[in-house]
Amino acid sequence: MPEIQPYQGKDYDVIVVGAGHAGVEAALAAARMGNKTLLMTINLDMVAFMPCNPSVGGPAKGIVVREIDALGGEMGRNIDKTYVQMRMLNTGKGPAVRALRAQADKHAYHAEMKHTLEKEPNLTLRQGIVDDLIVEDGVCEGVITNTGARYSAKAVVIAAGTAARGKIIIGELMYSSGPNNSQPAMKLTKNLEKYGLELKRFKTGTPPRVDGNTIKYDETEEQPGDVEPNHFSYETPDENYLALKNQLSCWLTYTNETTHKIIRDNLDRAPMFTGVIEGVGPRYCPSIEDKIVRFADKSRHQLFLEPEGRNTDEWYVQGLSTSMPEEVQQKILHSIKGLEHAEMMRPGYAIEYDVVSPYQLRPTLETKQVKNLFTAGQTNGTSGYEEAAGQGIMAGINAGLRALNKGEFIMKRSEGYIGVMIDDLVTKGTNEPYRLLTSRAEYRLILRHDNADLRLTDKGYELGLISQERYDAFNKKRQIIEDEIARLNTVRVKPSDTVNAYVQSHNEKPLKDGVLATDFLRRPQVTYKDLLQFIPAPDEPLDRREMEEVEVQIKYAGYIKKAEDNVAKMKKMEAKKIPNNIDYDAIDGLATEAHQKLNKIRPETVAQATRISGVNPADIAILDVYIEQGKIAKVK
Amino acid sequence: MTATSEFDTIAAVATPPGEGGISIIRVSGDDVFDVVEPLFKGKNLKNVKTHTINYGHIIDPETQSEVDEVMVSVMRAPKTYTREDVLEINCHGGLMATNEILQLVLSNGARLAEPGEFTKRAFLNGRIDLSQAEAVMDLIRAKTDKSMKVALNQLDGSLSRLIKNLRQDILEVLAQVEVNIDYPEYDDVETMTTKLLLEKAQEVKASIQQLLKTAKQGKVLREGLATAIVGRPNVGKSSLLNQLLNEDKAIVTDVAGTTRDVIEEYVNVAGVPLKLIDTAGIRKTDDTVEKIGVERSRKAIGAADLVLLVLDTSEPLTDGDRQLLADTADEKRIIILNKTDLPLKLDMTELQHLAGDTKLIKTSMLQNQGVSELQEEIAHLFFDEGIESGQGNVMVTNARHIGLLHQASKALDDVMTGIAAGMPVDLVQIDMTRCWNYLGEITGDSYQDELLDQLFSQFCVGK
Repeated sequence: MPEIQPYQGKDYDVIVVGAGHAGVEAALAAARMGNKTLLMTINLDMVAFMPCNPSVGGPAKGIVVREIDALGGEMGRNIDKTYVQMRMLNTGKGPAVRALRAQADKHAYHAEMKHTLEKEPNLTLRQGIVDDLIVEDGVCEGVITNTGARYSAKAVVIAAGTAARGKIIIGELMYSSGPNNSQPAMKLTKNLEKYGLELKRFKTGTPPRVDGNTIKYDETEEQPGDVEPNHFSYETPDENYLALKNQLSCWLTYTNETTHKIIRDNLDRAPMFTGVIEGVGPRYCPSIEDKIVRFADKSRHQLFLEPEGRNTDEWYVQGLSTSMPEEVQQKILHSIKGLEHAEMMRPGYAIEYDVVSPYQLRPTLETKQVKNLFTAGQTNGTSGYEEAAGQGIMAGINAGLRALNKGEFIMKRSEGYIGVMIDDLVTKGTNEPYRLLTSRAEYRLILRHDNADLRLTDKGYELGLISQERYDAFNKKRQIIEDEIARLNTVRVKPSDTVNAYVQSHNEKPLKDGVLATDFLRRPQVTYKDLLQFIPAPDEPLDRREMEEVEVQIKYAGYIKKAEDNVAKMKKMEAKKIPNNIDYDAIDGLATEAHQKLNKIRPETVAQATRISGVNPADIAILDVYIEQGKIAKVK
Repeated sequence: MTATSEFDTIAAVATPPGEGGISIIRVSGDDVFDVVEPLFKGKNLKNVKTHTINYGHIIDPETQSEVDEVMVSVMRAPKTYTREDVLEINCHGGLMATNEILQLVLSNGARLAEPGEFTKRAFLNGRIDLSQAEAVMDLIRAKTDKSMKVALNQLDGSLSRLIKNLRQDILEVLAQVEVNIDYPEYDDVETMTTKLLLEKAQEVKASIQQLLKTAKQGKVLREGLATAIVGRPNVGKSSLLNQLLNEDKAIVTDVAGTTRDVIEEYVNVAGVPLKLIDTAGIRKTDDTVEKIGVERSRKAIGAADLVLLVLDTSEPLTDGDRQLLADTADEKRIIILNKTDLPLKLDMTELQHLAGDTKLIKTSMLQNQGVSELQEEIAHLFFDEGIESGQGNVMVTNARHIGLLHQASKALDDVMTGIAAGMPVDLVQIDMTRCWNYLGEITGDSYQDELLDQLFSQFCVGK
């Protein structure tokens, strides 16, 4: 075999390896901040590809998409252009947990994102496999491809996803592969070990796809989209919303005892249980064989049939993720109501891949071992397009800032789900593919989908990712909301027959005296729209989103205030920086476990240290005093 | 510990107890006025000048009954020990009033200060200079080991089980709420409505109230486990007493109103509050007449929940020893074999016969050996074998636990208020989670992924 001849390619400011959901956000952010950016992908036809479920959003995840949008990222805009169904979930619950979810046209999503990348002035999109990094004295200076090209860069982001030494498993069949039979990256992560990074193996999976022409829909339950308009991006206007008749429905069906028997009878062929699969899979997205074994007493499991797009008849069978042999997968499908004659177009599979243990990262997603090297997405042990995109934009921003020699951007837990996720990853690591859940956020009430722009647009603007025009519009919106809340704190609702008829129709006590409009709005059934019937209208009517914001901020003010008080205290702890050269060996009296963990994770603030399990209050107290002592010593 | 607990308002008894008629409960932090004001009948403390001392009464806000006549020092930041707002409640000494006031303060929103925490705050707020920093760390270190052990010991097994069960009940509710939120289309699980949540809150609150009731009756903390130290003259009773007292000066106190003759002293041994009976008898150095010793010993044994019988191993057993062994045979007792630094002259075979299955602890008071084994044995008897004080059960006796139970109960009140105000279940849940966390602080369970573990083991989800 002839040797590959190395050659010197162009110089870049930022290079992003991988063009999945993390990589595209990273590259766009870096480029839009003014960096000459190279985005490398193994296959240009798989840019922003959805190898698993054709949907975006849902609880916690949907809020991440809006956070990305507030930072000037692309995911929200892209799905708004390419969805086939939109649904707001949890509408019967509180404002903090409402969740927007879209069914995507996966081909359109990919094509639209690819085109967006191509149009971006500072960005070069190129097909190729990155085999290794250029690292000098612990500093990453570029990448080397399998074709021999050497590209230099001031910062590199790796978002390799499941391509990183990917291995697909279907029953007894096993082969090296990236997602959906793409080429795997066999060398890159292996080489990361050379630079001192610790890897682990994770596993994820996907269900079979079936031909929609062979589904008996009338034996399943229809799940249509919403009539009321909603989009992910704060920029997408309501008039763009698809009428319900132009949306595609999903369909609900169930497994049954026959399905379960087929699975149980074939467990000896299930790689999950025969020891073939070594990687750790996610508990929240178990394979169907896992569900049957772990929840043996359940007589059925829900399955959702989801369209993969408009110009395809391929359907995704949500809930049936499996790595059983192809033959068994077919039997499973045919045992299910509505799928008795379904033609399987692609079998489901499990995929194992390399992960960089995320405790090795700083909250900027830069690796501690190699300067100027950032990692994002599944490479960091997460799962999900939104989780990947959220890290992607953060890694891209920080790589961009590094290339510009401009400081760093860390999102606090109180500022966004993205901040929660990254803090969890770098502080606690993860033993399974990490998924965001609303319960991971201690400030859930503050991290709402309706206020992601209020939380983050300022930052996006400062970073140069939000246009002046958008920022002006945002500031206007913010002002309108503040003014209206202030106004409602002065206007009174007076008792009258109409008011009391309204109140009593909601089973509440009639008014005797006038009450503040804000207090009136805090009554359980009262909405802002209703309130407007009883008080003068504002000078300028509010739009749908402004109304929602005013209503939420007033109705839940008590809880919001409590949460904000906690955030304020937490900020004081976050202000206590731990010097990065701190020598934990020099601190007497730390408990052994605390000493080990602090040394391994090297938290950057005292607040972060408190979140490490095994670090106790007494250890924090000692650490606190030690740091303070060091400061005084320096001054003297 | 959460990161924000650093900014909690903290409280503790600040005086070296026992001596003098006054105890001081120090409260420090941003919320001192909110914490103390509702307990204080007198001037409105929020309005008084800084660095003044104010006469009034501490009342129990629940019953409106007076607890003690007090003077409250008001010191506003920054000219205070911690550089935070500080209130000091000067009350009549004595374990009972002091503890009751401390408990009220803790139930009203303050947290019991960690070892060295006032000093730590003083340091972090810049009040102490560098030379003292090392001392602060030593203090934290020295006190921590011990206090952690004590804290664990103080958790009675049955209390711990009860709290753990309550937490598990709450956890299942929380997991259900979470699964409703994160998997809204998952139709196999009942939707956790505010109605169900209300029922659960009421149920848990009833249990907590029941516990708090036992706390009110729980006399052990205030009265101590009646303990007699008996033995012939010169076997080392008084040295033992001194060892026990010196080991934990912090909680030794005299109880006002006891006669000079039958002084009872209080000591906290490894988390067990002991009421030492007739320490005056032990202290009498001129007590050479054996008769008095034996008589007093018998009296003491009759009143004791626990007997510490001291023998001298450097001498053969005497009839007096045998008599005491016989007299205490039916009591909870520990036999202390003292003076192991001297040659053994005691017939161990005979002793073992007389002692039956009583635990024997070898000590040398002179060389300070064996005392910690003795303390451990006392804790073991108390917590694991469940000696009961004469007054009945020993459920919740620890001021910190009582404070946390009150906080948990208040969080449940907030749950109910929220439900009454028509708040959605995921908001009401915030207070339910707080309740769960307070209970977790009692048992020391703060495993952060507990909720997710519960969720994924309870429900088969995936979307």
